[in-house]
Amino acid sequence: MAATSRPKPLVNAYTAGRLPGYLPWLLLVGSLLLSATLFLLIWLADPVGEYPIAGAVFVGVVAYGASLYALSRLVEGSRPATNRLVTTLVVLAFVIALLPLISLLFTVVTNGLARFDPMFFTYSMRNIVGEGGGALHAILGTLLMTGAAAIISIPIGLMTAVYLAEYGRGALARTITFFVDVMTGIPSIVAGLFAFALFSYFFGPGVRVGVAGSIALAVLMIPVVVRTSEEMLRLVPNELREASYALGVPKWRTIVKIVIPTSIAGITTGVMLAIARVIGETAPLLVAAGFTTSMNYDLFDGRMQSLPVFVYSSYVSQGTNAIASLDRAWAGALTLVLIVMLLNLVARLVARAYAPKTRR
Amino acid sequence: MTATTTRAVQRPGDRIFSGGAFFAGSLILAALALVAGFLVMQSIPAFTTPADEVSILDGESIWSYAGPLVFGTLWAAALALLLAVPVAIGIALFISHYAPRRLAQGLGYIVDLLAAVPSVVFGLWGGAVLAPAIQPLYTWLWENASWIPLFAGPPSGTGRTILTAALVLAVMVLPIITAICREVFLQTPVLHEEAALALGATRWEMIRIAVFPFARAGIVSAAMLGLGRALGETMAVAMVLSASGAVTFNLISPTNPSTIAANIALSFPEAYGTNVNVLIATGLMLFAITLVVNALARLVVDRRKAFSGAN
Repeated sequence: MAATSRPKPLVNAYTAGRLPGYLPWLLLVGSLLLSATLFLLIWLADPVGEYPIAGAVFVGVVAYGASLYALSRLVEGSRPATNRLVTTLVVLAFVIALLPLISLLFTVVTNGLARFDPMFFTYSMRNIVGEGGGALHAILGTLLMTGAAAIISIPIGLMTAVYLAEYGRGALARTITFFVDVMTGIPSIVAGLFAFALFSYFFGPGVRVGVAGSIALAVLMIPVVVRTSEEMLRLVPNELREASYALGVPKWRTIVKIVIPTSIAGITTGVMLAIARVIGETAPLLVAAGFTTSMNYDLFDGRMQSLPVFVYSSYVSQGTNAIASLDRAWAGALTLVLIVMLLNLVARLVARAYAPKTRR
Repeated sequence: MTATTTRAVQRPGDRIFSGGAFFAGSLILAALALVAGFLVMQSIPAFTTPADEVSILDGESIWSYAGPLVFGTLWAAALALLLAVPVAIGIALFISHYAPRRLAQGLGYIVDLLAAVPSVVFGLWGGAVLAPAIQPLYTWLWENASWIPLFAGPPSGTGRTILTAALVLAVMVLPIITAICREVFLQTPVLHEEAALALGATRWEMIRIAVFPFARAGIVSAAMLGLGRALGETMAVAMVLSASGAVTFNLISPTNPSTIAANIALSFPEAYGTNVNVLIATGLMLFAITLVVNALARLVVDRRKAFSGAN
């Protein structure tokens, strides 16, 4: 600074001061350490409760952002400083989103493993008051109801997608597209109320059967199937259709033999994602299918338990042995998460393995 | 040359197949009409029966029963949206413009994983993990910030407040908003971005002048779709919130407004007689609210498609 005789340095993008690349990391470690020590001192002075890790990290991150902004503003100028601040915020947003995911998966796995045993998968809850019991009835109910929902919604959804992609022109197609979008947004509990209202109208008030749950799930599933299948059908190159027509193949055989087989991987993926979405639905089944503690193999007679409702009812009505009930709820949650993750994983693998080569 | 119009031969198979496709499409419209029709039909007794004959209404009119629930639904969803949208935009930007290309897709999958977790598991987590963990913050807020009406307290001892429920809701709608925002951000014309960078803009300035103006409508519609999801979400609220039906803006006190969906889930299994109709009537209100929100969101998206001059 004392060198006044030196010529004034050129100020442009190449010669202006730049912070060294390692500095942000150094600042991050430094401010986290500083904040941790500070909190440790405060905590040691008055050690009530646990050491406030969350507070320490929060203050550390704020200190990091502030010091980086200040340094960058001094050395690099205000625009790069703002840029660095926004980069920090954006990365922070991503980390914040990861926290609940990690915490959730961690808790579900650690708490769920307590009862993740053979008994859980071979017993129902019939005549079980305290410990023991399992979720076989709920798993069976989930499989039956989701299966029935899939049987209802896959043909309807697929045919609607065919109509929209291959036949539909004009006002009706636009109306259907619009209402499919609207249907995607139906709250799940409203679908359950609809199924309940439908069945109590035809079979007497207050009736709760498994198939009502299936209908509620189908209402939620159809729009998802339509959207994904339509998108996949539209990806099929027109040349394939034209080649088929040129050979004199009727339109319907073109669709069945050319268009659908070409896009079957994408459609399978969409259907599996739709199943993964409805298999975890609680509210509609709670309303439409009720809950029970016994096995029920008949979709058309009597209440039917499902895995999400099992988790919910174990959590809400804990009975005489609260810990056993909660353990069952967590084990059910773990099973549910595993099923959903598995469906998602298989769907992605199918999509990747059979992806049409035309996609970029 | 004579102009002849040729039509494709209509075989029986064609007629059956196109008829089937048409039927399936119409069935969806019919199903939606059925949903609305049955809900309306089953709600009518709730409005016609005198209030003192319905035990759940406790002698009041259905509107004063539903009013706090509608308030709670809107309030919780608005809070969730307020918390989720900035974070979602941040994540979407991180994946589309900040993360290394090779990482970006994997990161997208991780966020999609959040969407795959069933709502009942979120409820379990919110009640058992988040609520006790966040309770000290509420006490701290009450001690230090109770001059803000939102934190007027006294703080809930369990942490099961509307703010906790809104936090869980925010985590649940995050992946939806992120997915749409990410897609819109990725659609920004690369030439615009490169032009901005060539003029010497920093990355943030490039995003501000090239990406955001292009994506504004997309962000709005993503937020509204998230709002639709938050309005209808049931289990997370039912399992996290300890509701008392009060109308209050206080975020951390033990008296909280309930939401329509959570109220139905909690009251429906024990409901009988006209009580069921009252609950279905509140469900109809929820249906109407989400319908309006979703339709608005779709209109915004369609307008963007029609008027986007950028590509």
